[in-house]
Formats: sequence, structure tokens, C-alpha cells
Amino acid sequence: MIFDDEPLAGENLPILPGHFSPGRFERVLRAGHFAVTAEIAPPDSADPHDVYERAALFDGYVDAINATDGSGANCHMSSVGMCALLTRRGYSMIMQISCRDRNRIAIQGDVLGASAMGVSNILCLTGDGVQSGDHPQAKPVFDMDCMTSLQMLGGMRDKGEFLSGRKISSRPQVFIGAAANPFVPPLDYRPLRLAKKVAAGAQFVQTQYCFDIDRLKTYMSEIRDMGLDKKVFILAGVGPLASAKSAEWIRNNVAGVHIPDDIIKRIAGAKDQCQEGVNICIDMVNQVKEIDGVSGAHIMAYRQEERIAEIVEKTKVLGDRTPWHPNR
Amino acid sequence: MKRVRYWSVKNARGLHWAYQGLEACLAVLHPIFMRLGYHRLDRGFAAVEKLLKGFLFDSQSCGQCTLSETGMACPMNCPKTLRNGPCGGVRANGNCEIEPDMVCVWVTSWQGSQLIGSPVSAIQVIQTPIDVRLKGSSAWLRAVRKRMGASEV
Repeated sequence: MIFDDEPLAGENLPILPGHFSPGRFERVLRAGHFAVTAEIAPPDSADPHDVYERAALFDGYVDAINATDGSGANCHMSSVGMCALLTRRGYSMIMQISCRDRNRIAIQGDVLGASAMGVSNILCLTGDGVQSGDHPQAKPVFDMDCMTSLQMLGGMRDKGEFLSGRKISSRPQVFIGAAANPFVPPLDYRPLRLAKKVAAGAQFVQTQYCFDIDRLKTYMSEIRDMGLDKKVFILAGVGPLASAKSAEWIRNNVAGVHIPDDIIKRIAGAKDQCQEGVNICIDMVNQVKEIDGVSGAHIMAYRQEERIAEIVEKTKVLGDRTPWHPNR
Repeated sequence: MKRVRYWSVKNARGLHWAYQGLEACLAVLHPIFMRLGYHRLDRGFAAVEKLLKGFLFDSQSCGQCTLSETGMACPMNCPKTLRNGPCGGVRANGNCEIEPDMVCVWVTSWQGSQLIGSPVSAIQVIQTPIDVRLKGSSAWLRAVRKRMGASEV
């Protein structure tokens, strides 16, 4: 997909009236297309080619790439570093900022730096606890939480001020996002939690893995009743499970991932478990795109990034669109 | 003690009203506090609060109390010290991602908020990030000063 006012790779698009960022992702969503985003696995290396190779797997299939920020509290290349590399090539990045490792001074500095590099989308997260990662000895920061960091970013962009009130001479023009997990307790508070995030400034939301479509439907109907689907773009999180064994492991060890028994049974009963995981993901995408108020799918295919092409092609979620990529 | 903390949430309604009453009483004493000087009273009040709130709520004495907005559950007991609602890591049984033997502070907070009544308005208030300088100071005196429109100290 190429816009009329297409810039050179690595340069920003003009900001359209009513838009907040110079990015492709916001344009795709506001134009009413069903958007696809994917999570890139950050390498445990200092080689930029590791990043380029991983991003190239998504070429033509995704509208924006999420750069994770030490997800699962494991140490990898930073989200800022990956965004620096990939924005240079023109990729549309969603930079994730977790509150676990940085205080308000560091986060605001990173936001300015990211915007200067051409990052148009920032996702504010609380972050996993340090105990779940490879450095459980580390000191958790949590100076901010996702709610206050959403508000802080909004202040930087809309008021042109740091949290301290000090002026920013050139504002970060970013589209601000948050995460949502409709699948964990307190279930009846979850829609209100999203309302609070929207009030704090969230413009798009990516959900945790959806394997329980009925739960998502209930959640979305509550969201529609509150009119939130008109105020925020919601991308449903999906992803392929590699095997019944790994699904079981994820369910027991990864915080916040809810996998119903029948999903695990379906994978366990298949001849090719890996393919069945992809098939389930395809089913999920097909079902979430029919839900009113869902504006896109966010594919988290950890260590199975090469399967994203198949998922997008088989579901035909992009219609006749081919998202921009540097090798087009 | 977790057991006392859970009891306090179960009795959030009564405790909330007791809290409101206490604040009103302290507000009456505002002119006297002004004459004596709030800064002189802070240490004494903070010590009483630490004992009382520490017992009832496992209060961490952050000095910026939100108990009335958070269903009488102290959000500083959340291992991530979240002051604006539950994270996405809550276990299926409602327990904390980080401390599996503890009920998520925000699961209890939501229960307490519903007991107090008009839960939505209070719990939906966006709490500002904590000011670490105020740790250990009296939250009650701060609330009274704020209520009486005196300057924040």
C-alpha cells in the first residue's frame, strides 16, 4: 500500500488533519481498513542483520511491527535499538515501553528520541514482573504505571510539556496505545479498565492472546455498550501455539495467557500439532474480524514468525491491500 | 497480615464511613493545626497512621493515601505498586502473578469498591504517579489541608 504523499524510506509522512502521528499505522486504521500488526522477536545479539532478517519475514503482511521491551522480563536487544534500526529502513514501528525497567526521566527521554527517529506509535505497558525472566535478582522500577505513562505521553504531545511542566520545544507526534487483557480476573472490571485507559489517552489497544472467543465476544459487547469502540481502535491479539505441550507450558508459566482446555485438546489430537496451532490461529483471526468494534489483529508468533505470511494469506484479512515494505 | 487486610476489604463500607468521619473531625481541628503548624504535627500523625493503617491495611505509608478510591485496599501492596488498576498478569484464581499465594490487590480493591457503593466513579479516578519524597509523611494531615484549601506541603 503506497500513499500519494509517499516519502523516502525512513522519512515521515505528512500528518493528515485530525491525525496525531506521521505514521502509516494510524492512517490505515483511520481509513477503516482491518489492520494487521505483528510482534518482532528481539535478538540476543548486537548484529543489525538479525533484526533486518526478522523484520523481512513480515514484508507485505503487516501494517506495523511491535518492538517488545524486555518481554517476559528477559533481556534482549532494546525496543529503542530495534526501532532505530527499522525506522531507518522505513518500517512502521510500534515501540513498546514498559514501566518495569525505567523511571519517568528515562521514559520521557526515550519518547523524544523515538519520535526523532521516526517512531510514530508508542505502546504503554506496565510490564511483567522481574521474577518471570532471566534476571529475577533485578530491582523492579515501576515508578510509573501504564495509566500514568499514557497520560504523561499525552501531555508531552498535546501540551508540549514534560511531567514536571517544563516545556518541550518540538513535540513528539505519536499515536498512543495500550494493552488490554479481557481474559483474566476481575473479569467484570476489565471493560472499565479499558475505559480508564481511554480516559488516560489510549488511542489504540492491542489485546493479550485470544483463545477464548466467547469471552472476547462478551467483552466486546460490554465495550460497545460503553461506546468505547468509537473512541479507541481495538486490535485482537492472536498467535499460533507450537504444540499441546508448549500450550500447557504457556498456560502455566506465562502470566496473563488464558488457554481453554478444548484448544489444548484440539492440538493434542492433531497429527501435525504445529500446523493445528496455525489452523487455530487462522480460525481465531476469521472469528475476531467478524466482531463489531475489532479494528485489526495483532499476531504474536513467538519463534514462529515465518508462519505469519500463511496466517495472513489464508484469512485474507488484508483484502487486496499489500502493506508497505522496503523491498516492494 | 494478609488476613486482617482481607477483613478490611470485606468491611470496606464501614471502614470507608469511619474514614470519612475521621476526616471531617480532623477538618474541624484545622484552625488549631494551622496555629500549631502542620509540619510540627506530621511526625506524630505519621506514627499513629503507620500503626493503625499498617495493622488494618498493611499500609506502606506512601503518604499519598488512596484507600477511599481503592476500596480500602492499599495499592502499595501490589508488587508492581500499581495505583490505577490490575495488570494483565492476574492468575485465573484471582491471585497475583508475582506472589502466587496472595489475592491480587486489585481483585480485592474491586470487591471493596463495590461494597462502598458508586464504585465506578472512585476507582476510575486516574491516580498521579507517586511522589517518593512524601513517603513516611502523614496522609491524613495532607488530606485535611487539601480539603480546607490550605497550600500543599
